[in-house]
Amino acid sequence: MAALSSPLRVCRGILKELRAIHGPTYNRSLAYNYVMDQFRKNKVTAERYCRAQDEANHDSHTYLCLLASSRTHKALHDFYHVKGECSTAQAAGMVGLRLPTQPGGKGWEK
Amino acid sequence: MTAAMLKSLVRLQSHFGNILSPGQLCRRSQQFRSALNYSSATEERKRFYQDVSISQGEGGYEINLDQRKLKTPGGKLFTVPNEALAIAVATEWDAQKDTLKFYTMHLSTLCNTALDNPTQRNKEQMISAALKFLETDTVCYRVDEPHGLVELQKNEWDPVLHWMENRYNVTIGSSSSILGPEIPEATKETFRQHLNSYSFWSLTGLEYVITQLKSVVLSMGMIDRHLTVEQAVLLSRLEEEFQIQHWGNVEWAHDYDMYELRARTAAGALFVHLTSESFTVKRKLMQN
Repeated sequence: MAALSSPLRVCRGILKELRAIHGPTYNRSLAYNYVMDQFRKNKVTAERYCRAQDEANHDSHTYLCLLASSRTHKALHDFYHVKGECSTAQAAGMVGLRLPTQPGGKGWEK
Repeated sequence: MTAAMLKSLVRLQSHFGNILSPGQLCRRSQQFRSALNYSSATEERKRFYQDVSISQGEGGYEINLDQRKLKTPGGKLFTVPNEALAIAVATEWDAQKDTLKFYTMHLSTLCNTALDNPTQRNKEQMISAALKFLETDTVCYRVDEPHGLVELQKNEWDPVLHWMENRYNVTIGSSSSILGPEIPEATKETFRQHLNSYSFWSLTGLEYVITQLKSVVLSMGMIDRHLTVEQAVLLSRLEEEFQIQHWGNVEWAHDYDMYELRARTAAGALFVHLTSESFTVKRKLMQN
């Protein structure tokens, strides 16, 4: 179907995700070494259409999708589904609404 | 466990008989094996390890949490056939912050399923289940109305269906009747033979993907690298996307579901690819 985005963008994306996981020492992690190794190995090809390179490209997209969507899903979960009971004002605030106010006070209040 | 505690426990054992077997007391690694209880739903497991590393053992690559070897929920030693999968699993474990969130560790879950095989199934049963799914494949099941959705299904799903029919030289077809499409026996036989070439591990992953995407066609399209994960997920959720465009998007439901589906599908696809290729270095002969 549509052409995949360039390997460089995918590589940068994966490194960004690894940094989010490991913090500043991400370049010493197992995944970093393996990923960089794979990208270097598959870079050079003399042929116009290389099946191994296409496969590796697709796999790198898949891994980036895995890391990025896991992180986003977890963030959404933590934001929306973790708080438990919250007040009406908080619940409204979660979706960007505010509770209505009546300046003159409600009729039955003393 | 301090030496004093150990001694008092040993004394208890001789007093009360064979309540505690010696094996459970002795090695530290076994104590922590029972500590990693996957099934306790009441309390959250805290991250109890600092470093995650991999090592190569007899059965394959193993995951080490500090000094302890990871085990499956069934008690087996956790081993994977290649280094790439081991590294990906290790990264999942390393990504856990204060608490262990097993629902985010899709690759580990898939490995555990393949190793333990809790439903006791063999390759034939898995292949039959997959082929049965073809009869109610999302891509083959069309609506009659609204017109916009009918057009969308035709424009988005027909190309994938045709690609699949050409690639495997079969007839699948689509239908808008409540019974679904009539899949010819020859088609099923072709797919059966193709699926038989996958290993048990790969089939575990493939079955997972089919269950997530609710479609054999989309799963095969993605596994054959014709579709990306994002494309396959979009096509699987086509009707939902159509309704979202009409009625609006609700982040805490729609996005939540979409990202979860993407993560699971990506994990499944990666699992299939990593367990079905032979990971030897592909070198091309330089012709000078």
